[in-house]
Amino acid sequence: MSNGGTPRSLPSSGQKSIQEICHPLSAEESARSRSPDVLNPGEKDLSLPNGTPVDTSSPASSSSLLNRLQLDDDLDAETRDLFVTVDDPKKHVSTMETYITYRVCTKTTRTEFDLPEYSVRRRYQDFDWLRIKLEDSQPTHLIPPLPEKFVMKGVVDRFSEEFVETRRKALDKFLKRVADHPVLSFNEHFNAFLSAKDLNKRQGLALLTKMGESVKYVTGGYKLRGRPVEFAAMGEYLDMFTQKLGTIDRIAQRIIKEQTEFLMELREYGPVYSSWSSFEEDLHEPLEGVSGCVSNCSSALEELTEDMSEDFLPVLREYVLYIESMKNVLKKRDQVQAEYETKLEAVVFREDKKTPMPTDVEKCQDRVECFNADLKADWDRWQNNKRQDFRQLLTGMADKNIQYYEKCLAAWESLIPLLQDKQDAKGETN
Amino acid sequence: MADSGSEDIAVIGNTDLTPSESQNNLKNTMVEKGTSLLKKMEISVAEAEKRTGKNAVNMQETYTVYLIETRPVDAASEGTSPVPDSLWRRYSEFELLRNYLLVTYPFVVVPPLPEKRAEFVWHKLSADNMDPDFVERRRVGLENFLLRVASHPVLARDNIFYLFLTEEKAWKETVFETGFQAKADSRLKALNATFRVKNPDKRFAEMKHYGDELQAVVSQLLRVRARAADRLYGVYKVHGNYGRVFSEWSAIEKEMGDGLQSAGHHMDAYAASIDDILEEEEHYADQLKEYLFYADALRAVCRKHELTQYELETAVQDLSSKKQQREELATGTVRTFSLKGMTSKLFGQETPEQREAKLKMLETQIEEGEEMVKDRNVECEEFVKGAWTDIERFKEQKDHDLREALISYAIMQISMCKKGIQVWNNAKECFSKM
Repeated sequence: MSNGGTPRSLPSSGQKSIQEICHPLSAEESARSRSPDVLNPGEKDLSLPNGTPVDTSSPASSSSLLNRLQLDDDLDAETRDLFVTVDDPKKHVSTMETYITYRVCTKTTRTEFDLPEYSVRRRYQDFDWLRIKLEDSQPTHLIPPLPEKFVMKGVVDRFSEEFVETRRKALDKFLKRVADHPVLSFNEHFNAFLSAKDLNKRQGLALLTKMGESVKYVTGGYKLRGRPVEFAAMGEYLDMFTQKLGTIDRIAQRIIKEQTEFLMELREYGPVYSSWSSFEEDLHEPLEGVSGCVSNCSSALEELTEDMSEDFLPVLREYVLYIESMKNVLKKRDQVQAEYETKLEAVVFREDKKTPMPTDVEKCQDRVECFNADLKADWDRWQNNKRQDFRQLLTGMADKNIQYYEKCLAAWESLIPLLQDKQDAKGETN
Repeated sequence: MADSGSEDIAVIGNTDLTPSESQNNLKNTMVEKGTSLLKKMEISVAEAEKRTGKNAVNMQETYTVYLIETRPVDAASEGTSPVPDSLWRRYSEFELLRNYLLVTYPFVVVPPLPEKRAEFVWHKLSADNMDPDFVERRRVGLENFLLRVASHPVLARDNIFYLFLTEEKAWKETVFETGFQAKADSRLKALNATFRVKNPDKRFAEMKHYGDELQAVVSQLLRVRARAADRLYGVYKVHGNYGRVFSEWSAIEKEMGDGLQSAGHHMDAYAASIDDILEEEEHYADQLKEYLFYADALRAVCRKHELTQYELETAVQDLSSKKQQREELATGTVRTFSLKGMTSKLFGQETPEQREAKLKMLETQIEEGEEMVKDRNVECEEFVKGAWTDIERFKEQKDHDLREALISYAIMQISMCKKGIQVWNNAKECFSKM
């Protein structure tokens, strides 16, 4: 059903990378026009007038594209018309089960919504439902990851404040990513998730994608003939990136472990000064002061360690899942291309008949190109998100460390006068 | 030459020190110039050298010698700075000197030597006696020891100490000629024996208790400090791994590449900075260690006081029992059950001549005993006076030194925090440019 309008506008942008980047990032309108056409075939014509101008204007202006790319942080904020937050986790205890719900608040000016504001309560499995729906109905797009469902039992308390808060942050991030996506944010399931009082999870079950069918073409290790270099490069990039993230995750964990052990020593170290001070006269205050200072530093260190394990590690892990999602999309793309290549081959074998290319094969080709375009757009968006996220994450890590040292610095600096005072007074009397 | 040298010292030790000055020295006891011997000469342990030789049982051994340099202060202040007198000493010779001082001046809290073997070490610090860092720290410690002795109001005047600084060869014989070894042996025996003082001096008992507490708390502090240093080292060094992974990651990034790469360098710098920090902290640990050993010296003085007191009490008891015997003999009554009473009952009375002779003997013994008690009393009083003066001096020195040590420790922490802030600010700048 998406074969009608979209492929017609896309082939022209098919092989020119500049245009492809331009296409998804350019404007809300183009995105807005495309998503309804996935959902409502009746409106597909709308995509043409909106899509075409972008395509024709772009080849000339690679510099304007650069400007756009640089500006797009701000642009995003200015044109954003859908705001979603996840907050206020609540624990529900019933005879059957115990679970947490989160409040999902939506503010929007989009006409697809009946009201400008919604507030609903959703639990993890509702989020899970949404993600599956998105994956099914938007197979060509990268669906952001959810936090992992299963946590090692016994190791993590699922109802502890820290766990719930970490999960809330991840769910919030998930919805925000969907809301900021020019296509996914118009998905009807997403709309229902945000606005419906009761989620009818059966709704839309019939909407099974055709993409699912192509799975059969990749079984048995079919090797793609013409996988474009850029997609191969994406795969390689993702593998490397996963590896690096894994290393960073391990380093961060070891730092947290070392810090925790350092903290334990400090907790013992400070009080020793205190017990020393108990049997000194002149040195009583200085020693007591050092003890207090070490205790302040311990608190600062504890905060740093907590911040790192609650804010830093989860984001890293979420990105590992994000990469997995991206890899899945790449795999699906390969499947679609495999289907096309198989069909094409079959046609080529009966070349002699001189019949025109069957529409079936053409449709397949269209679909591959449509997929390629969507994927490239999502890739660029993902790269951009990743850059912002890691800039924020690493700057945050630096900030936390700076704050830690500043607290310690303040503690030690305030100690100096206490250490010197009495001595000066003594020096005068001597 | 050696003779005239020893003549000199006596002069150096005693002249120019008016009572008021020495009083001043008692108060101002820190290792500074301007006190006693240090007024006359500069003392330093300039370097250490590894040597190999044969030991007493003819075994090949490697040891370290330290170069002691002395030069007259006057010459230095005149700017002529002549070649300093110098000689080599082994650690064992320092030990011999200290043992001599301990025996000769039992009432003095004798400055301790730096540790014989590295204690309270964290994993990166070598416990090997030949390790250059250890040898260097010991060199500093030995110099500190010499300066402490040289600035001590009593010890600085010691002849043997002066020879230690100036006479490389003849010194050892001179030490043994003092016969301190014999005295040391008998003292050691007496100190090791268990005895209980009847009327302990409260001040010394308290001081001994303080020494115990100080030793316990400082050793605990050093232990925890070493463990904390290990952990801190780990925290910093693991950050260094970021350096590598950022650099590798930067290779697959476009816009983020440069920022990551340079942030990685800052992480490397962060990891490297801990080496200097902990090296500095080791100096603080050495300062604490000196007082850990000082606590032992303090306890030794208290213990020697107990011994002196005990000897006095024994003499008094001896005297009173002699007096009691005399009384019994004179009056013929036996107040308490005794062997003597038994024998007299069994074998009949002694002849008056016998009694007379016994009484006479007791009489002389009592006289001797009274003399002894008098001597012991004087000895004890003198000891108390000397020891208390030195303990007061020590307390002041300790308060001053430890306060200084804490200040420099705090300053060290401050500079570590500042370094940390700087590195993370640099890294932050790189990250924010990504």
